[in-house]
Amino acid sequence: MIEGLIQNVLNALQWGSFYSLIALGYCLVYGVLLLINFAHGDIFMVGAYLAFFVASFFLGLGGLTGWAVLVLTVPLTMILTSMVGVTLERVAYRPLRRKGAHRLYVVITALMCGLILENGNLALLGASRRNFPTLVDTVIYNVGGVSVTNLKVAVIVVAILSFLLLEFVISRTKIGMAMRAISYDRFALPLMGIPPDTVIVFTFILGSSFAGLAGLLFAMSYPVLDPYMGAMIGWKAFIAAVVGGIGEIRGAFAGGFLLGFVEIMVVAFFPSTVRDLIAFTILLFILAMKPTGLFGVARHQKI
Amino acid sequence: MALLQVEKLTQRFGGLEAVSEFKTRLEGGELNGLIGPNGAGKTTIFNLVSGFYQPTAGKIVFKGKDTAGLKPHQVTALGVARTFQNIRLWHDMTVLDNIRVAQHFRLNYGLLACTLRTPHYIESEKAVTTEAFEILEALNLKQYAMELPRNLPYGLRRKVEIARAMSEKPDLLMLDEPAAGLNTADLHGLIDLIRWIHKEFKITIWMIEHQMQVVMSLCQWIQVIDFGAIIAEGNPEEIQNNPDVIKAYLGDDKI
Amino acid sequence: MKRLNIPVVLAVLFVVLVWVSYEGVLNLYWQSVLMFMGINIILSTSLNLVNGNMGEFNCGHAGPMAVGAYVSSLLTVLLFAKDRVFGDPLLPPELVLIVFPFCLLAGMAAAAIVGLLVAIPSFKTRGDYLAIITIAANYIVKSTIENINAIGGARGFMGMGKVTSAMGKLINLPWMVIWIFLGTVFTVWVLRRFISSTYGKGINAICQDEIAAEIMSVNTNRMKTVAFMLSSALAGLAGGLFAHMLGYVNPGSFTVLKSTECLVMVYLGGMGSLSGAVMSAIFYTLMLEGLRFVIPWLDSALHFLHLIPASYEVSQVWKWVIIPLVLVLLMHRRPEGIMGNRELSDVFPKLTKWYQFK
Repeated sequence: MIEGLIQNVLNALQWGSFYSLIALGYCLVYGVLLLINFAHGDIFMVGAYLAFFVASFFLGLGGLTGWAVLVLTVPLTMILTSMVGVTLERVAYRPLRRKGAHRLYVVITALMCGLILENGNLALLGASRRNFPTLVDTVIYNVGGVSVTNLKVAVIVVAILSFLLLEFVISRTKIGMAMRAISYDRFALPLMGIPPDTVIVFTFILGSSFAGLAGLLFAMSYPVLDPYMGAMIGWKAFIAAVVGGIGEIRGAFAGGFLLGFVEIMVVAFFPSTVRDLIAFTILLFILAMKPTGLFGVARHQKI
Repeated sequence: MALLQVEKLTQRFGGLEAVSEFKTRLEGGELNGLIGPNGAGKTTIFNLVSGFYQPTAGKIVFKGKDTAGLKPHQVTALGVARTFQNIRLWHDMTVLDNIRVAQHFRLNYGLLACTLRTPHYIESEKAVTTEAFEILEALNLKQYAMELPRNLPYGLRRKVEIARAMSEKPDLLMLDEPAAGLNTADLHGLIDLIRWIHKEFKITIWMIEHQMQVVMSLCQWIQVIDFGAIIAEGNPEEIQNNPDVIKAYLGDDKI
Repeated sequence: MKRLNIPVVLAVLFVVLVWVSYEGVLNLYWQSVLMFMGINIILSTSLNLVNGNMGEFNCGHAGPMAVGAYVSSLLTVLLFAKDRVFGDPLLPPELVLIVFPFCLLAGMAAAAIVGLLVAIPSFKTRGDYLAIITIAANYIVKSTIENINAIGGARGFMGMGKVTSAMGKLINLPWMVIWIFLGTVFTVWVLRRFISSTYGKGINAICQDEIAAEIMSVNTNRMKTVAFMLSSALAGLAGGLFAHMLGYVNPGSFTVLKSTECLVMVYLGGMGSLSGAVMSAIFYTLMLEGLRFVIPWLDSALHFLHLIPASYEVSQVWKWVIIPLVLVLLMHRRPEGIMGNRELSDVFPKLTKWYQFK
């Protein structure tokens, strides 16, 4: 009984790790630009596909062990994915920011970019699903009555480490301070001698590379890739970030795991077809009760 | 029965006490002023009386009715109208529409009547439009009826805002810094306008203002607040000579 | 005399449409394009009320559309068709023409309830948060329908074809063209009357300055409720007409992608402009159909110019890359859309000599 519970908890932690990693990206961009980057879930998808191509390439070269390929794939995926994120920022969002466009227009652009990424993938690569190659053999550990794979553990550990790294960057480094400053007053920032564009690009690099990492880990855990995989996960990670309190990375992180828990628990008791439905409904309730999210702070409006 | 009775009004935002046991009483027909340094809590008091905030403590009674729990549009329907420190006209609607929409509470038809253009609807629209034109005419703004507020000079926009508030036929008109940003010529015009409105429409006017010229020449009774609490009240002459008031505005550094 | 110009033009248009459909002058393909146009007009103008006039960010317009589609379909099939789920029809076929509008109305009422559920959170939240709520609501509606196996679940529901042919058997006319035309005119009529009244202008006031609106006596909560419910009810009308036009309905038609199409139409036409919403719906429908031909042509051209490998075919999926791209370009170049927030009579004032649109 207790083993079943622990098993579920571990599953929830692993499942929630993906949401958390992606939610962190939403959170960073929102914190800095007050923009919901609706394309972020699709950047996760792009990351998974990039990982697939990179890994396949290295495997194709021959002579490299699975571990070696993995070691090469991780940084490359993160770098390439962050490049995609930066390109998106440069091409789609920056011109609007220059013009001082209404936030609504930027949000719509983000939504559309997401669709372009999804359908562009489908159009370019076709409908056939790709299978992510196995790089590392699965090792199952049995502790008590609970079985867990090395991959599951790795995912959870990576998520926690990523969070700690981000926390460190945001609260201890200069650029992290600049990121926080930008969220309070974007116009004062250049007056203080900090170029906002640099800060924004850095934010996108951070967020996108973690999404790419999540994509790689997800592809390793669930090897079938399809162009729309980012859409649903992206939406859910986004809702998780909002529930946690968008703009607070602690909230985003907690929200991701919370959603993971909700989903795993729901599946334990209800048929899996209603999993998404119940998850969305619960989250909707939380938002209705506390509109700024669990950890978020309300912005007061003065009249 | 007093028109407005405010007792022990207190407003706390988190740890900050923005308004501290404010009290006032308006019988009806006065032209009173509320002054104080920036950030003293004057607009907060207006927001409380107009129903935009719910007070942390205290009581606001308007025409015998306790306004606790009422939404702003309900308070307005009772007979309170106000203008804003930063002009809050609807900039993409004509001046005429601005004034008609302000009478929203007087429209007593619904969606169905609206769609079918029932006589009820036509009558209601006509009443609202007639009232709008009347007030525009009275304030010499009729020629601007079809203009958009953003095309009007600042002084005229202030006037339109006052006209908008007047169209609600209030018993109490609250003006939040009506003279802010006006040049000298417009200022005299405003003083005359307010005096005229007070006499012509016989309504009660309560005014927040920084420009002493306006306050001293118009107000019969003035309350001074600082840090949310009343520090002095009296007629203009008493206030001008009150040492606490001087200290609040200018500090008490001895030269 | 001016007053009658628009009704006369509409009546003439109506007769022409019905006649060309009846006689087969207009083949079935073009009939369906025109019908889609009508449905898109209803969707775009109704969403425009909330996203344009009220300045909210409703991304879930397909939700009430789905509700309207299913409720009205279930009713008509229950009443007039023999089918696996409901068995024999409950009412005689002679009543179908009279009862059909009421079934649509029932769909609209059900859709309005969805609108109410979204309106309530809108009292306290705006912008991004409301967007999430609407997207979640859209998904919840779709997912709920998918899980109700009694009405077909993910496979969909059909039988409406029998209802529409029963209409045709009664009086031989192209009934769906008629119903959609009437529905479109009804929608634009209701919305126009609402927006041009002082009551409706309260909605614009909420958009431009909600705090001022609330303080200057507009009951913002009530107006938001009215706007959301009206918008959703009309989406339900579009859904009902859509379902009966196709003869079957399935939840996959009502995803966020459909809502996105509605968003494209609203922002293309210009927020807050009724004539803009109508024009952009027409343009969008034509563009969608146009792409159906342009893409194969593009495919051949690119192959001919050896710009793409022979094994690769430019498929219709590119449609869903081009349309979002169009919107992105729009946001960059002309975010206010075709009309900005002006009506046709603001851009061409001389037009008002010819008609009075009240």
